Amino acid sequence: MLPSNTISCPTVPMCTLKIGEVGTVRKIALTGSLRRRLQDIGVIPGTKIRCVGISPLGDPKAYRIRGAVIALRGDDCREILVER
Amino acid sequence: MGLTRTSLAHELGSASPPSHGQEYLIALMGNPNVGKSTVFNALTGMHQHTGNWSGKTVGTAFGEFQKDGRTYGIADLPGTYSLFTHSAEEEVARDFLLKSAPHLTVVVCDACCLERNLNLVLQIMEITPRVLVCVNLLDEAKKRRIKPDLPLLENRLGVPVIGISARQKKDIRRLTDAIADAIERDGGNIYKTVYPDILENTLLSITKELPDLPAHTARNAALRLLDGTGDTEESSLPSAALKAAQDFRQQFSPSEVSDMIAESLVHAAESIIENVVQTEHLKAAKEEKLDKILTGRVSAYPIMLLLLLAVFWITIEGANYPSSWLSSLFTSLEAPLYRTFLRLGFPVFLTEMLVFGMYRVLSWVVAVMLPPMAIFFPMFTLLEDVGYLPRIAYNLDRCFHKCSTCGKQALTMCMGFGCNAAGVVGCRIIDSPRERLIAILTNSFVPCNGRFPLLIAMTSMFFISADSPAGSLGGAAFLACIIVFSVAVTLAISSFLSKTFLRGIPSSFTLELPPYRRPVILSVLVRSILDRTVFVLARAAAVAAPAGLVIWILANAEIGGSTVFVHLTGLLDPLGRLMGMDGVILLAFILGFPANETVIPIMMMGYLSAGTLTEYGSLTELHTLLTANGWTPITAVCVILFSLMHWPCSTTMITVYKESRSLKWSALAFLLPTVIGMLACMLVNGISSFFL
Repeated sequence: MLPSNTISCPTVPMCTLKIGEVGTVRKIALTGSLRRRLQDIGVIPGTKIRCVGISPLGDPKAYRIRGAVIALRGDDCREILVER
Repeated sequence: MGLTRTSLAHELGSASPPSHGQEYLIALMGNPNVGKSTVFNALTGMHQHTGNWSGKTVGTAFGEFQKDGRTYGIADLPGTYSLFTHSAEEEVARDFLLKSAPHLTVVVCDACCLERNLNLVLQIMEITPRVLVCVNLLDEAKKRRIKPDLPLLENRLGVPVIGISARQKKDIRRLTDAIADAIERDGGNIYKTVYPDILENTLLSITKELPDLPAHTARNAALRLLDGTGDTEESSLPSAALKAAQDFRQQFSPSEVSDMIAESLVHAAESIIENVVQTEHLKAAKEEKLDKILTGRVSAYPIMLLLLLAVFWITIEGANYPSSWLSSLFTSLEAPLYRTFLRLGFPVFLTEMLVFGMYRVLSWVVAVMLPPMAIFFPMFTLLEDVGYLPRIAYNLDRCFHKCSTCGKQALTMCMGFGCNAAGVVGCRIIDSPRERLIAILTNSFVPCNGRFPLLIAMTSMFFISADSPAGSLGGAAFLACIIVFSVAVTLAISSFLSKTFLRGIPSSFTLELPPYRRPVILSVLVRSILDRTVFVLARAAAVAAPAGLVIWILANAEIGGSTVFVHLTGLLDPLGRLMGMDGVILLAFILGFPANETVIPIMMMGYLSAGTLTEYGSLTELHTLLTANGWTPITAVCVILFSLMHWPCSTTMITVYKESRSLKWSALAFLLPTVIGMLACMLVNGISSFFL
């Protein structure tokens, strides 16, 4: 199995990132097609993600991931843990 | 997406391509949104709808080009991020690669987004070594000062790489040269994605048992065996291979294997891209500023509403003159046509049927439908190409999420404003079948271009006149309010469906907000106008002409002293009155099933007891006629409500059936708006007669 990093820094759900904040992905608790879809756009442990916007109604939020801007809902991001 | 000849002709995952003496078959693949369709169009010269947001091309289109006396067939496969998730597009793409065995796979990439695009490139390279990487949108990259080192990329990947801007003709010529060269090329040393040792060892032990297959195919077969996405019949593989696979699967679940593969692909892309692309995205800052305005908390909705207003106003005003011009043109041809038929020896009743029935309805539909569609859809396409549409989905997603549906429904809804049938086809961009159905079933709650004339006429006659100080802008605003109402109804019905007939959890939602791109305005306009014109004319011929015959027969065939039309109005009158309307109006809606544009002319025909569709000279005339027949503003309200909420037109119904492939859902698509419309009208009628 791939070695997992034991980090002592606290991880927070990705949806708590505010605009401009950068987080490094540590754990993705999602399953199924969304997990795979996220992996395909490059969201894996170690990926740096920057929150770049919030939709006018508060959800979804936009994130810059490996050069592209992807909008993700809070419900889904809650399961992605990042380290600030 | 729209109803283009291509989308109608080729269903999702259709059979093998026409060969017609094609020497080579090329697969065109790539992430969504990389300009793949532009490349396809440029190579084949075919008219195909393109757009700047994920999920545009959903069917497989086929075309060909000639070079040096040879014919190259191209299959434009749906854009996908990967080959191994289970959406329809990915399956179509994967199946094509595996079953049709193209001579070359051209993978189109966005120069501004190479790292992510490489994921698909690497996956494709695992299936077939015959790959040409086409890095597109170099002009956009240049603006952002991104200069990918393509020779380095080619070196690392081991497959030919070419950089182009698909809009430049000379680049397309370079591309055809590169394709011709790549096909002739021998295999060579291509990049192999390396997986964690434990996986690699198992792969080795499996491929060892498959000596008859070429190394490439064996490795791919082994990978698919381990991650569970393969289609190979396990019984066809040697038992030693199966045993190695089973041992592995004892240790690792399919999702763990899937993770291993996915992460290795990402790391591989990372290492390949290192030093190939130097600069970070400089224009990103400018775009983020633009997005702050277009998707900002305060500015997003007002801008969307203003844009909606602008689009409607331009469509309505712009269509006025062409419509009346076409109308006079067709009318002037009526008399000569009549005389010609008589001279040819046609009996009078047949001539009348053909000219006053079929021809008149046909010309009405074309005159009324063609100009607005030829204006609305090109504008819509421009918004797509610029990249604004995903922002609409982004802004509205929360509303749709609350109704347990998908934000992309906002976009299919927008298309429905142009044409409900086009909106229904556009629902293919929604992945989840449940949410796709909801979008399909609710699409006809928003009024299409065909219903605008009626809505505008009602507004002008009974509410805000075009001559009043409020003027045409006021009329457009009133129309916009009606539209907003229909959007609210759509949301409400979607929510209702999610709780009853189409229960389920909301699916996950990833939406890419692509960089804004300058659209190639002229080609977009020309392509869109041509597509629309063909569609309207085809529909007019197929649907309006027969409808015209039927209407004429009903209005002229007599039974027991009055025409069938009059009998029917009498029959429908009680129900009509209950709904705040009358028999004539209701019959007009029913006979307007083939084409919504004919509702007002049929109404006039009924009130005037004419034997044929009658045009109104001016709205004042029409107003006089209507009020003389008992119309009040309440009647107008009910008519507006029913126009918004009644059965979809015949073209839309056929499309719904084709897309859902189910009589059950098609029936619901018919009944849902009808029942709700009837209830709404009865409610309004009831309340108004109570208070007034």
